[in-house]
Amino acid sequence: MPPLTFRNVLVAVLLIALVLLPVYSHLAGDRFALTLFTRIVIMALAAVSLNLILGFGGMMSFGHAVYLGIGGYAVGALANEGVYSGFVQWPVVILASALFALVIGALSLRTRGVYFIMITLAFAQMAYYIFAGIARYGGDDGLTIYKRSQFVDPLNLSNKTQFYYVCLTILFAAIYLVYRLINSRFGMVLQGVRSNEVRMRAVGFPTYRYKLTAFVIAGVLCGLSGALLANQADFVSPSVMYWTRSGDLIIMVVLGGMGTVVGPVMGAIALLVLEEVLSGFTEYWQIILGPLLLLVVLFARGGIDGLLGMLSERFPARRPS
Amino acid sequence: MTLFIEQCLNGLQFGLLLFMLAAGLTLVFGIMDLVNLAHGSLYMVGAYFAATFTAFTGSFVLGAVLALLATLLVGMVVEVVAMRRLYGRDHLDHVLGTFGLILFFNESVRLIWGPAGLALPLPAWLQQPISILGFQYSAYKFSIIVVSLIVAGGLYALVMRTRIGMLIRAGASNREMVGALGVNIKLLYTLVFGLGAALAGLAGLMQAPILTVQIGMGENILILAFVITVIGGIGSIRGALVAALLVGFIDTLGRSYLPDMLREVLSPAAASTLAPALSSMLIYLLMAIVLIVKPEGLFSAGQR
Amino acid sequence: MSSPLLEVSHLAKRFGGIVATDDVSFAIPQGELHALIGPNGAGKTTLIAQLSGSLFADSGAIQFAGADITRLPMQKRSHIGLARSFQITSLFLDLSVLDNVALAVQAHAGHSFSFWRPARSDAALREPALAALARVGLIDRADRLTAALSHGEHRLLELAMALAGKPRLLLLDEPMAGLGPEESARMVGMLRALKRDFTILLVEHDMEAVFALADRISVLVYGRIIASGSPDDIRANGQVREAYLGDAEVAHA
Repeated sequence: MPPLTFRNVLVAVLLIALVLLPVYSHLAGDRFALTLFTRIVIMALAAVSLNLILGFGGMMSFGHAVYLGIGGYAVGALANEGVYSGFVQWPVVILASALFALVIGALSLRTRGVYFIMITLAFAQMAYYIFAGIARYGGDDGLTIYKRSQFVDPLNLSNKTQFYYVCLTILFAAIYLVYRLINSRFGMVLQGVRSNEVRMRAVGFPTYRYKLTAFVIAGVLCGLSGALLANQADFVSPSVMYWTRSGDLIIMVVLGGMGTVVGPVMGAIALLVLEEVLSGFTEYWQIILGPLLLLVVLFARGGIDGLLGMLSERFPARRPS
Repeated sequence: MTLFIEQCLNGLQFGLLLFMLAAGLTLVFGIMDLVNLAHGSLYMVGAYFAATFTAFTGSFVLGAVLALLATLLVGMVVEVVAMRRLYGRDHLDHVLGTFGLILFFNESVRLIWGPAGLALPLPAWLQQPISILGFQYSAYKFSIIVVSLIVAGGLYALVMRTRIGMLIRAGASNREMVGALGVNIKLLYTLVFGLGAALAGLAGLMQAPILTVQIGMGENILILAFVITVIGGIGSIRGALVAALLVGFIDTLGRSYLPDMLREVLSPAAASTLAPALSSMLIYLLMAIVLIVKPEGLFSAGQR
Repeated sequence: MSSPLLEVSHLAKRFGGIVATDDVSFAIPQGELHALIGPNGAGKTTLIAQLSGSLFADSGAIQFAGADITRLPMQKRSHIGLARSFQITSLFLDLSVLDNVALAVQAHAGHSFSFWRPARSDAALREPALAALARVGLIDRADRLTAALSHGEHRLLELAMALAGKPRLLLLDEPMAGLGPEESARMVGMLRALKRDFTILLVEHDMEAVFALADRISVLVYGRIIASGSPDDIRANGQVREAYLGDAEVAHA
């Protein structure tokens, strides 16, 4: 049982609110909220996956959105060929993302620092151009998906509420998975690598294979997020893997608080809600968002989770007896 | 054959243009250890300034000079207001902070100049083709080559022959030492950043008449510039030049000859599907191969 | 007597024109505390690097427990019982003190592809880690963030991490570096206790500590071992005095 701090209470409230959101949406007749939050939950899944390698493993991947595209195109391409069954589509999504992450990771993880940032970026751009060049799947214009992934009755992804809960379940499962991972022996290695990779090797860990494993797990989780995103939009295009999308994912992770399990969820909510709110104020909302990002980097490095942690210290913990 | 020479000149022109961008990026990285994603925004700003000042003054050359000065100024202001606070932070902070700057620049440009792009018409004397060694080539592209070569030479002289250049080189390999020399580091950094910005602006304004001046033009080319600095070895001007020319040639020649080459081995349908994707991919492929063979780039500055 | 635990024969390493290690041979029998001393730039660090495997020798051989390890990479050496502490503190600063040592234990506990069981409540990792911390007197710091410890405590933590792998030979690279007199005395006491259970190669500048602790001492000058023997032999050795001319520490020690 985690201690009853301000932060933990708020996180619990947040997770419960996510569970209850469709109820609000029905009662208030606010259908837009459901659409927005479905998207938020999906992006949160992608951010959680990035956090595994960035926040816990210190691997600064700048091409993570590529798996959104891989997952999305695995669904879209199969649907385009008449294969709608989710029992085929989703395993393909997992395999394709894993394979892609294995290849990219095996090559990129040989480099460090800025070189790693750039080579992951380059691989993502490469994939972007490949998909933009495949005329069969719409090229630049993208690919419309006429039927969402089919599972057995009564599960129906075309039902918005059901779809939301599917996304939320996968998100919660991913959060739990990451939580278990980072506290396992494997996770300790990962955090050791983030902290001091040279020492990890000196102490006797072959770090490369652990990093690669984490890289592949993160790729698969993000691939699933891509499959969900394509299902929600009924559409997939190369733009989901454009490098600025990878930037968005990094923003979510840092905004929420790096290296904390639920931080990326808060980051995804914060960024996407902020986008909605700001764009309600002015058409030029990015003129506010840009400097805001800079300010977060300069003055609130711990992100939202860090701020909550500070508040928790102001209002000290009462441990449950 | 004429076509081939023309394509080679195009490759040279594109490569030199990319060098303008990559040089600033690699200087800033080598000296301030700063990853600056907003470098492409300065390229865009340079192009917008050129289009505006040319329309205002009625002279392309005067407009270009004014645009260059304005971009230099913008660069120095950005350094003083924002970049300065990012030195010494980790690369993740650089990526995020300067990503924020990109959003800011894009929206500011949209606010000031509107969402539609601008055109920068060339004066008549640059529109005529000129004849070099017996064949016709665009006078404007040729003048880009000449200007770029002069700038590259000037940059080389600056870095290798002057006191500032000595400090720049020393700074790239040993920051503390430059500080110990009693040099005003803050001023040096502002100047270097301004120089990088002016180079980016120059690239932007030279490219402006060829492409449309539009929002987001900086981002695509920024990635190319990054690819070049990484291939060349971060912090190395010489590496940036070699890599920029390599990328310029490969990209240009790839786009013009790859479709034909593929048609030799594949069915026409397959070739026309594959060619555009493959030719856009070529340079990324090149970078991946270089990094696999030499993880620190071709001309590593040694320390990173 | 049985064969020595570590035997170095005719080891050589050069960097360009500089000979960093010049035909070095020595042996450390089981249970000995062997000290390696020498003026700055004598090649002590290069020699340690070759012994721990972060640098390979140009020629010569290193035997450890009867096996040739000359070409064995660093990670493998650590697995067969050669543990090294670092001259410059290199720890996991953003993890807890206990996590640091537990990672060192984990490195010797087979592969770490264990994804589900919580490592922080794994007795197989925590107990040896706590034992090592107790050994160096840091047990009350176990749950502190490593970054919050003092320099002296960092040196002790380095030692605990080296101990955690149950090494057969400890390579200690200047454990006393940067310590105040009080902390130094504490470290000397610690090493004296460790000496009973471990074979140790100690590289150290603090002559007082070296002469108090060592069973035997080798003196390295310009990459060569110019003398090797008991502390008394070394103190009486004219060549050593010459090498340390002007260095008052030896004369007074």
